Amino acid sequence: MNHLPEHIRQKVFNHPCYSEEAHHYFARMHVAVAPACNIQCNYCNRKYDCANESRPGVVSELHHPVQAVKKVLAVAATIPQMTVLGIAGPGDPLANPERTFETFRMLSEQAPDIKLCVSTNGLSLPEQVEQLSQYNIDHVTITINCVDPDVGAQIYPWIFWKNKRIKGREAAEILIAQQQKGLEMLVAKGILVKVNSVMIPGVNDKHLEEVSKIVKAKGAFLHNVMPLISEAEHGTFYGLTGQRGPTNEELQALQDACEGDMNMMRHCRQCRADAVGLLGEDRGSEFTMDKVEQMEINYPEAMKMRAEVHAAINEELESKRLAKESKVQLVSIQGLQKKETTRPVLMAVATKGGGVINEHFGHAGEFLIYEASSDGVRFIGHRKTTPYCEGDISCGDGESVLDKTLKVLAGCEAVLCSKVGYEPWGPLEAAGIQPNGEHAMEPIEDAVLKVYEEMRVAGKLEAKADEQQKVA
Amino acid sequence: MALEIIELCTNCWACQPLCPSKAIYEAKPHFLIDPDKCNECSGDFEDSQCASICPIEGAILNADGEPMNPPGSLTNIPLQKLAA
Repeated sequence: MNHLPEHIRQKVFNHPCYSEEAHHYFARMHVAVAPACNIQCNYCNRKYDCANESRPGVVSELHHPVQAVKKVLAVAATIPQMTVLGIAGPGDPLANPERTFETFRMLSEQAPDIKLCVSTNGLSLPEQVEQLSQYNIDHVTITINCVDPDVGAQIYPWIFWKNKRIKGREAAEILIAQQQKGLEMLVAKGILVKVNSVMIPGVNDKHLEEVSKIVKAKGAFLHNVMPLISEAEHGTFYGLTGQRGPTNEELQALQDACEGDMNMMRHCRQCRADAVGLLGEDRGSEFTMDKVEQMEINYPEAMKMRAEVHAAINEELESKRLAKESKVQLVSIQGLQKKETTRPVLMAVATKGGGVINEHFGHAGEFLIYEASSDGVRFIGHRKTTPYCEGDISCGDGESVLDKTLKVLAGCEAVLCSKVGYEPWGPLEAAGIQPNGEHAMEPIEDAVLKVYEEMRVAGKLEAKADEQQKVA
Repeated sequence: MALEIIELCTNCWACQPLCPSKAIYEAKPHFLIDPDKCNECSGDFEDSQCASICPIEGAILNADGEPMNPPGSLTNIPLQKLAA
């Protein structure tokens, strides 16, 4: 986030989906007001009513704009950290322009302290740009999986265009042209654009580096490469035809390759079209429509309380940023004096938010992955698992919950949590992952650096570096 | 001569605003087509609009009771995989 130009940084520093720092503190919600879609993607199945699934395109309750606004006000008053309201589906928000814009219009009047954003496949984007710019919507996400129609034909079986269903390469060609045109028009209007891409091994994985270059050149400020989700039980084309998603390593390699001087986003949780809460959590069940109807919300009052909460968080973020900047300067001065290159190490972290290590190993439903190296600490991504303490239920193919977590943590050499139980300790060590509960409540990056430094002192960083040199 | 929406419909609203005859209406448990109003878009469009945007194979039937979008025609999912 710090390498963004200042005017963009100011716009996104408190947006959990755009800022890695902010996502520890601020929450977002989506309202499901947009059921219709104008295209079909091979990773989507248009049956969207499952409470147990956490993936895009899925919702439990569809809302009319008036209900949606009621729900947003209730959530914003209850969870003051909620700064962002997005419309993401379950279809395409811009294929439902009346519902989408009616929701935005009411919210910009009733809750001016909430940021509005929208995501789209881009097909009808060019004709909606003018209206988007009128509702104080300064963030748009376009899903762009390709710029080559031959690749597109393997991702999109059809689009609905000018009163006809169009299939195959022709469909992809139109969609791509509309996406690129929409991107250019938004940038020209000064609306921030993030580009999402779904990484589909063997289909567009090699192609996404080119996509990244093009969208960056056209002015997208952030690129988010997400892994394909293709479980057979979701009933999608990819799921049923055995198309696999990328491994964590493949995803990371592509994100690294796309990075260059472009900002890559690595903390996306691919949330549901009706998600509520911090990224990685979903409190949607606390705000079903029947519960919302019971709540008495005085929003002007709530807005005062929200402003106080936001000011406190912003102060904390700002002081962290300044501390980080001065640390970076210090490190680079030290680096001049003594240039020592040690090998990079991946570490997993269990956190509930707030940017500190505050989650038990056994309660973590996901781990954040950081890379420590002689250049400092960088965030790599998150990996989901089943919390170990949810019991030793096998995951279907006889794999225990702990086995699953060990697999998810593959490649990490340490796991930092507020506490690690006795039982998983041995298997973690045996898998080459050092359990560490010594940094509870410490800021994540500081703790990762400390553990890295301990490894350096213990000579654990030199051994493999020597090997690397021999190989080189 | 009219089309019909059957229980496979997921209530996604995509068809409703497109109907030139305003024959499609919200109903429980799913959207319906008023057979007195539906003319299958003849005179308005080359293709029936509802059947051209509907994402669910088999959800809209023609006047003979046959699916406008048969299994596999929209998703390209092979039939044996759909059955499994």
